[in-house]
Amino acid sequence: MAARPIVEARGIHKHFGSHHVLKGVDLALAERELAFVIGPSGSGKSTLLRCLNRLEEPSSGSVVVDGVDMLDPRTDLNHARQRIGMVFQSFNLYPHMTALGNVTLALRKVAGKTREEADAVGRTALDRVGLADRAGHTPGQLSGGQQQRVAIARAIALEPRVMLFDEPTSSLDPELVGSVLGVMRDLRESGMAMVVVSHEMGFARNAADRVLFMDQGLIVEEGTPSQIFEAPAQERTRSFIGQIQKH
Amino acid sequence: MSAWDRFLEAFFNPVVMSRYLPDILKGTLLTIELAALIIVSGLALGLALALLRSFGFRPLNLLIIFVVDLFRALPPLVIIVFIYFGLPAVGLSPSGFVSTWLSLMFVLMAFSEEIYWAGITSIPKGQWEAARSTGLTYGHALMSVVLPQALRLTIPPLTNRTIAITKGTALASVVAVGEILGMASSAVSNSYNPSPLTMGAVAYLILFLPMVVFGRYLETRMAWKR
Ligand SMILES: Nc1ncnc2c1ncn2[C@@H]1O[C@H](COP(=O)(O)OP(=O)(O)OP(=O)(O)O)[C@@H](O)[C@H]1O
Ligand SMILES: [Mg+2]
Repeated sequence: MAARPIVEARGIHKHFGSHHVLKGVDLALAERELAFVIGPSGSGKSTLLRCLNRLEEPSSGSVVVDGVDMLDPRTDLNHARQRIGMVFQSFNLYPHMTALGNVTLALRKVAGKTREEADAVGRTALDRVGLADRAGHTPGQLSGGQQQRVAIARAIALEPRVMLFDEPTSSLDPELVGSVLGVMRDLRESGMAMVVVSHEMGFARNAADRVLFMDQGLIVEEGTPSQIFEAPAQERTRSFIGQIQKH
Repeated sequence: MSAWDRFLEAFFNPVVMSRYLPDILKGTLLTIELAALIIVSGLALGLALALLRSFGFRPLNLLIIFVVDLFRALPPLVIIVFIYFGLPAVGLSPSGFVSTWLSLMFVLMAFSEEIYWAGITSIPKGQWEAARSTGLTYGHALMSVVLPQALRLTIPPLTNRTIAITKGTALASVVAVGEILGMASSAVSNSYNPSPLTMGAVAYLILFLPMVVFGRYLETRMAWKR
């Protein structure tokens, strides 16, 4: 754990106009670590994730991923982004392509693989998420859970060093959540470093190394799952945990 | 002679019709040529403008919007007359054919740019984000992810707009182009009989009715399955 962190974000501020959304967030993620982020709506969780791969431009601060300074203008951002997979709440699969097409697009266009090479890698990735037999299906022909697993395959096919999940199960019917969490658990067991924003407390309890509670643009408290869920030190954390456990 | 006979005599006169059929056919070929040039160049320029606009370079976008609005606001005939009768004043004398082609090309460019643009902006932001998050460049995301989806959405409105503008080739008769209407009108003045107009109308129907039906067909089946 003492080795260089795979993600190191320091002092991240983000303003949207006059709206100060991130107010100096520090986040260091060790190799193989899973950090689980919780917090009320609007607290800046998505914005934080999106600053890590620069889908959102931080107003100030630094982000280093796998030794690459993400904010340095000399950094080849498109190359760097291949090391950071991202999974979205709304899947964002390309509806005009098959599952395999979704997974192989970046392999061909960015990683420069031939169609044959890309297809081979893509099929392996689909197999890892249990969808080898759905390679030729379009997103419209897949269930929500299957779509999200294809989205995960699309990200891991690029062999990222860290994966960001932004509420990956929030738009799924309850009976489909398990299949996606299963894939995430497998990924975690394979040693993938992950930052997960989610409300799946059960998953957090048995898969997270660390839980971070965000509120109003700051990480208010962090600790092991049992610390945060059973004995939060901060009043704000306590009331948030109390609220979500009622549901 | 009954009224019915007079009607047939005027609009379906077999002698006049067979005499001017070759002219009408020639006119039809010219209309097809003109329409094809307008469609190909107009749609290509419209797409090029929409792609340029997507880069979000403000001064350029304001210019594009200005040009597009200009050609959407002007009646096509005004543009044709302007080019045909106006440009000679600066030493250019485009033929009636070229004047009509350029005019309707600009009009189709303007309308299709707006349609392409609406298609591009209607693609959810998440598509861009997913593509960019995997390292795709802006250009790759646009060409491989956004544009294919946008184009599919634009096909029905684009088809309808293209038909509407291409029908404007009839305006070329004003600047002495021997397309369908031009041929038919001169046949009418030479024969003192309106039957060639009937043939002209039939020629337009043969050209455009299939396109209209095709447009309707596309419209009913454009829904995208997500
Ligand atoms: N592109 C944007 N422009 C302006 N304001 C934004 C933008 N994106 C986010 N915000 C604002 O920033 C704040 C934090 O948003 P963010 O999406 O990061 O919250 P979140 O913690 O992910 O919330 P949720 O749990 O609802 O997803 C919100 O007030 C939101 O309205
Ligand atoms: Mg969010």
